Amino acid sequence: MPEPQPGDGPRADGPEAGAPTGGGPAAPSRRAVLGWGGAGLALGAAATGGAVAVFGGGTDVVPAASSGAAVPFHGEHQAGIATAVQDRLHFAAFDVTTKDRAELVALLKEWTRAARLMTAGLPVGEGGFGGLPEAPPDDTGEALGLKASRLTLTVGFGPGLFAKDRFGLEGRRPAALVDLELFPGDNLDAARSGGDLCVQACADDPQVAVHAIRQLARIGFGRIAMRWSQLGFGKTSSTTPDAQTPRNMMGFKDGTRNVSGTDREALEKFVWAGPSDGSDWMAGGSYLVARRIRMHIETWDRTSLREQEDIIGRDKGEGAPVGKSKERDEPFLKAMKPDAHVRLAHPDTNGGATILRRGYSFTDGTDGLGRLDAGLFFLAYQRDVRKGFVPIQRELARNDSLNEYIQHVGSAVFAVPPGVRDKDDWWGRTLFA
Amino acid sequence: MRPARLTVLAAAAVVATLTAVTGCAEKGDAGGDGAIKVAASDSACEVSKKEFPAGKITVDVENKGSKVTEVYVLFPDDRIVAERENIGPGTKASITAEIKAGDYEIACKPGMKGDGIRQAVKATGGGAVAKRSPEMDAAVAEYRKYVQGQADETLPKAQAFADAVKAGDVEAAKKAYAVSRIGWERTEPVAESFGDLDPKVDLREADLEANQEWTGWHTLEKAVFKDGKLGEPEKKLADTLMADLTVWQKKVGTAEITPTSMANGAKELLDEVATGKVTGEEEFFSHTDLVDFKANVEGAEKAYQLLKPVAAKNDPELAKTLDTRFAALNTLLDKYRADKTGYDFVSYDKVGDAERKELSDAVNALAEPLSKLAASVAK
Repeated sequence: MPEPQPGDGPRADGPEAGAPTGGGPAAPSRRAVLGWGGAGLALGAAATGGAVAVFGGGTDVVPAASSGAAVPFHGEHQAGIATAVQDRLHFAAFDVTTKDRAELVALLKEWTRAARLMTAGLPVGEGGFGGLPEAPPDDTGEALGLKASRLTLTVGFGPGLFAKDRFGLEGRRPAALVDLELFPGDNLDAARSGGDLCVQACADDPQVAVHAIRQLARIGFGRIAMRWSQLGFGKTSSTTPDAQTPRNMMGFKDGTRNVSGTDREALEKFVWAGPSDGSDWMAGGSYLVARRIRMHIETWDRTSLREQEDIIGRDKGEGAPVGKSKERDEPFLKAMKPDAHVRLAHPDTNGGATILRRGYSFTDGTDGLGRLDAGLFFLAYQRDVRKGFVPIQRELARNDSLNEYIQHVGSAVFAVPPGVRDKDDWWGRTLFA
Repeated sequence: MRPARLTVLAAAAVVATLTAVTGCAEKGDAGGDGAIKVAASDSACEVSKKEFPAGKITVDVENKGSKVTEVYVLFPDDRIVAERENIGPGTKASITAEIKAGDYEIACKPGMKGDGIRQAVKATGGGAVAKRSPEMDAAVAEYRKYVQGQADETLPKAQAFADAVKAGDVEAAKKAYAVSRIGWERTEPVAESFGDLDPKVDLREADLEANQEWTGWHTLEKAVFKDGKLGEPEKKLADTLMADLTVWQKKVGTAEITPTSMANGAKELLDEVATGKVTGEEEFFSHTDLVDFKANVEGAEKAYQLLKPVAAKNDPELAKTLDTRFAALNTLLDKYRADKTGYDFVSYDKVGDAERKELSDAVNALAEPLSKLAASVAK
């Protein structure tokens, strides 16, 4: 029997329950809590304590959602990248419809204000009720009474924003933000690809994540239009590798070797853009590749266990690499088949290319042919797309035996700017100010 | 039953408490100089003030009784000014209304039955309306004229359509159909305030209940555009349509119109576009959705223009945004017609998915700020 899947639960809510950071990198989080703090964070801390008391300490599994903690919004980097992965996702990509740079800047400032409130567990504007009966409330209200649920909101800028004669940003497009080539096997749907802006909303409660995207879309109407969005559940990668690695829709543990949110050295090397990388405004930011990867679930399920394990390069029960006994044993790549997924995706196969993954499973009902429309919504953060996703995907698209069971159907890239530092700062200031 | 009921009551109590707390924390009382408090019980309906200035009033009701109650503000002739139903025992509710100087009654109905326990109250003011600007009165009067004018203009156009149907002339009926609806579409929220008139005139086939009789424009739309056959039943339906539209023309000038109802009516017109026209459901057989679309936008814009002097004073940013967004939507709509003064629009089944999304985005862009217009004129 597989072990229970507590995710980040014990980490966030058990032994470290005193820190209301949801298990994120300790130092900046605590500083932020002591700094601008505020009622939302204090409540989050109290709620965490309460949950632990009720569940009798750190030995029992506490559902992460019951902690309700708030993740600090302000910081050097945007939350939602290296911070502990939550259980649910609502990701949205928008087209910018306004031609006016000032309107775009105003939108980003309004978004920042709203995000600051929502990530603290508070409603937007003047709230969801109590105002004029004749007018719609500022906040739509479906998250009233729900906790902050570790909501993080992470904003990214797509290549279109830097186009010529648009917002005067053509000279500021980072070289690391490349237009992805078409990889073999791609079957990309334009209606699920691209976008000028993206918002990644992660939370332990799906309603909190959906609420956040809905508010931001509403604030933006007339300046932006929703292009596509994706709901996700059951995180398939962990940024807290000491926790149990979650399983993907194929039943395999996914993301065992993901970059840890506490491994500062690896984050600096592979995830955070530096001031010397060519775009000074991106220092402290990162680059995001989002791919909607459809899985042919039915044919996968008809595949023998041995073939499944050969294709992945790990065993299904423990998740140990071929020839090893424990999940976290160092993989011996040559023991795997030449077209095994783990072998091809491994940094050693790709000249050291390493990315931070934050993918989620998705199930969008059933397609017209009666097949489950399910798979992996893959999110990868890296310091430079040319050195992260691109070489890895080139290798995989060409050789991976898993390709028989998956298809990339959506794709987008974004430059994710550095974090909002304090209450006067706003998303994108370093680019637009 | 019992536990469930208790849960509901407990939840209601929590909500009431939250409301009370928030009420304290939020910006000043919207009602201005203090709400009228009503203490309702199973046998009494105590009103804190028997006299108050006319204008926008707030009635804060607390149900101290054991029965669910409802509270009404009534004209002397029993017409309803404002009401709130389902006020549970131990809960609070508030009612707002805009009233002129004069005599009124406040009625509590414990158990939500009977005539209720009544208190006579008086709204005072210099004969006319207190706290209402002449600008607003002018806007309402002008809008009333507009609404009447639209009905007056519509009747002959509808008659032309009805005549073509009665003559069995399918081609002439096709030509007359969409234009016969423009005046109605421009002012639909007002027509909707007359209860059963709207379903009689404008019900779509998809909204029919089982065994419901289907009358109105869309019945004939189907006969003309889909079946291409006009027989005795259609001729009768044409007469029914004209009879119903005549009722509309007679009633429409007497509709209860306030600045906030105008503002919300404008938003509702855009909602009509968002839910029915942009999807192509409204004119399922004729595909003349863009004509209705344009008429809805024109009606909304008319209400906005009349309210704009006040809105621009109270919320200049909002007025600026609305001006820009109306212009953008109109520019977009112009792409679908050859002549910018006519109503010869592209058939909606020829409008592709990407173009429909663009139209939908432009409607959202306008409707969201338009939903704030009521608040800006109620300030």
